Amino acid sequence: MTMAKITASVYTSHVPAIGAAMDLGKTQEDYWKPVFAGYDFSKQWMKDNQPDVIFLVYNDHATAFSSDLIPTFAIGTAAEYQPADEGWGPRPVPVVKGHPELASHIAQSVIQQDFDLTIVNKMDVDHGLTVPLSLMCGERDPVKGAWPCPVIPFAVNVVQYPVPSGQRCFNLGQAIRKAVESYDEDLNVQIWGTGGMSHQLQGARAGLINREWDNAWLDQLIENPAAAAARPHIDYVREAGSEGIELVMWLIARGAMSDIRDGKATGPVPRLRHRFYHVPASNTAVGHIILENT
Amino acid sequence: MALDKPYKDVPGTIIFDAEQSRKGYWLNQFCMSLMKAENRERFKANERAYLDEWSMTEEQKQAVLARDLNWCMRTGGNIYFLAKIGATDGKSFQQMAGSMTGMTEEEYRNMMVGGGRRIDGNRYIGENGDAQAHNQPQGSAGSQVHAGSKKA
Repeated sequence: MTMAKITASVYTSHVPAIGAAMDLGKTQEDYWKPVFAGYDFSKQWMKDNQPDVIFLVYNDHATAFSSDLIPTFAIGTAAEYQPADEGWGPRPVPVVKGHPELASHIAQSVIQQDFDLTIVNKMDVDHGLTVPLSLMCGERDPVKGAWPCPVIPFAVNVVQYPVPSGQRCFNLGQAIRKAVESYDEDLNVQIWGTGGMSHQLQGARAGLINREWDNAWLDQLIENPAAAAARPHIDYVREAGSEGIELVMWLIARGAMSDIRDGKATGPVPRLRHRFYHVPASNTAVGHIILENT
Repeated sequence: MALDKPYKDVPGTIIFDAEQSRKGYWLNQFCMSLMKAENRERFKANERAYLDEWSMTEEQKQAVLARDLNWCMRTGGNIYFLAKIGATDGKSFQQMAGSMTGMTEEEYRNMMVGGGRRIDGNRYIGENGDAQAHNQPQGSAGSQVHAGSKKA
């Protein structure tokens, strides 16, 4: 049977300073070396497992969405997206090509499964989307280069509280998988969940890192994602910092893996291909894993 | 019935919820305007005049002029919006975050390289971690930062 399939999920922090380090040629500096070394495996893995489409879950950081409009879940159905000027000038990276046909299909299917998505036909994409692409695909010339495949941006509000719950995100991931699998074309789709891990960018508690909590959460995300999904927001805020709440987005990608059915883990845990954790990148703990469906 | 806000007892932290967002609407929209290069230029040329084009409160304008991000946040600002001011000033997120702690840039950077701020004592208001109100300021830039904050 001809159908699209989610083959793997990728999870990574999307720290803006990582993008800046790549754009300014600092990746070999002592400070940055260990961060990028954690992605050497991943870049090779991307070459060996090139997807046809990346469904990229991220958050917009007051870039495309100001306080004028705050969608909880927004799916990009455009043909392309420009890298945004976030105040430092746009990142020198290629335009992001979309996949309007699959994106529209997913939008229709997921809305029919009772998730009220906002459909976006025009927006710029910020570091939340482009830094994971840079980390996984390496430097690309902004004009002559290109990303390896089309990308469907899926923006989640994690800026204004309350953000969607972990449970809602986990359930949404399952709906996205159903949507992908009902698309009548043989496409290899990866789903990426980005943001986190522990970090706080504000107030007297700025700079908070919780290595122990982060790693326990990673264990749970891999082995017992339904339990991770059940955690309330306050756990993230208290233990992983006010911006650590971004981690709920990883549950969308995890919920889309094939061991999850009707909210429960039914099959064997996906194959863990890579796991990496490093402190710090700027204010943030960098976490990264790759899971393959078996 | 009151809304459930379980995050009010986290020290050194203002959660950007609907109430803060409502208070900070024009402050945050002013920040958004700095995503255009020509607006950054106009702001830098005459900050006060540029701020006066926005329906911000006088206190919000003072907080921006003072570059006191804690003060901006109390008046409804959010860090991802306020980052546009930092970007206009050529500051990184690390410099912006550090400026809210009372530490110098170097002190804050060293804390991060050393593994970041510890969670112990910083989960609930009333414990004794370094983010607790009674343990401010945290570093040698502190007096300067906190002089500004007291105005609020």
